[in-house]
Amino acid sequence: MSDERAYPSEVATEFPRPPREFEDAEGRPIEVRAWEGEHGPGDDAFESVVEMYVEFDPADRAQGVPPVGEDRIREWLANLFEQDGYDVLAWQGDEVAGHATLVPDDDSTYELAIFVHQEYQGAGIGTKLIEALLGHGQEHGAEYVWLTVERWNRPAVALYEKVGFETAAAESFEMEMAIRLN
Amino acid sequence: MKVLLGIGGADDSLDALHETVERAVETGDEVTVAVVENPDSDRAPEDLVDVARETLTDAGLEADVRRLSGDPGSSIVELAESEEFDQIVLGGGQRSPMGKIRLGNIAEFVLLNARVSVKLVR
Repeated sequence: MSDERAYPSEVATEFPRPPREFEDAEGRPIEVRAWEGEHGPGDDAFESVVEMYVEFDPADRAQGVPPVGEDRIREWLANLFEQDGYDVLAWQGDEVAGHATLVPDDDSTYELAIFVHQEYQGAGIGTKLIEALLGHGQEHGAEYVWLTVERWNRPAVALYEKVGFETAAAESFEMEMAIRLN
Repeated sequence: MKVLLGIGGADDSLDALHETVERAVETGDEVTVAVVENPDSDRAPEDLVDVARETLTDAGLEADVRRLSGDPGSSIVELAESEEFDQIVLGGGQRSPMGKIRLGNIAEFVLLNARVSVKLVR
């Protein structure tokens, strides 16, 4: 499957680096920050991320993630953070509104996923968050990024296209999109 | 129930083999294993035939293992129809680095084309 993926031949434009502060479409002050250092249970940011996923609307799940139930969520996040990728969080005060992650696939290639809590969707946070994640990865030398998305998930596909992702493979139930950062 | 398990060597297909055998021991299902060539798997079909025979025999079941040639998805569907199986069982997909489930190409083909029920094992 992955060997059939076609990356764009052109390198994407330079994305804004985190941190970014802005007001979302509802007038809420949002801060997007890279999440560096250790992420582990007990850590304030980790617990805030767990809280966001525990409240996450199951209807917004994609291909089985995030899992349902706090234990499974903790297990999934532990596995995610063990892999040493890049993570960016959108904060309103001390509440996590969204999380975007690049998980290493091999040395130069990363899988992307982004989750915005239902109370914060449709307010322009996803765009700022994904741009900041791509900027963060770009800054650290990440070269190729891919993702999968269910075909019917139009808002997600539109977001990925807006920031420069191109369709890489479309013969499966879910489609693959890819971008070249460096 | 007459069950046709298709395996191509990806990890999820081996999980499906173990689950199906365990269940057959409990329920008395009649299991046939169809070994197909999965281009996404490194395991050789000949080795899979041995693994399947051994797993069935160890569980005290009859070792009905077939090696199918040609397109993997359509050969499974064809066999299921020509020998009137009640159900096709397949691996339920592999996880991406970040944990998303991705169905294999064979499972996608079988789901869309089979006329009997298809079970995906998670």
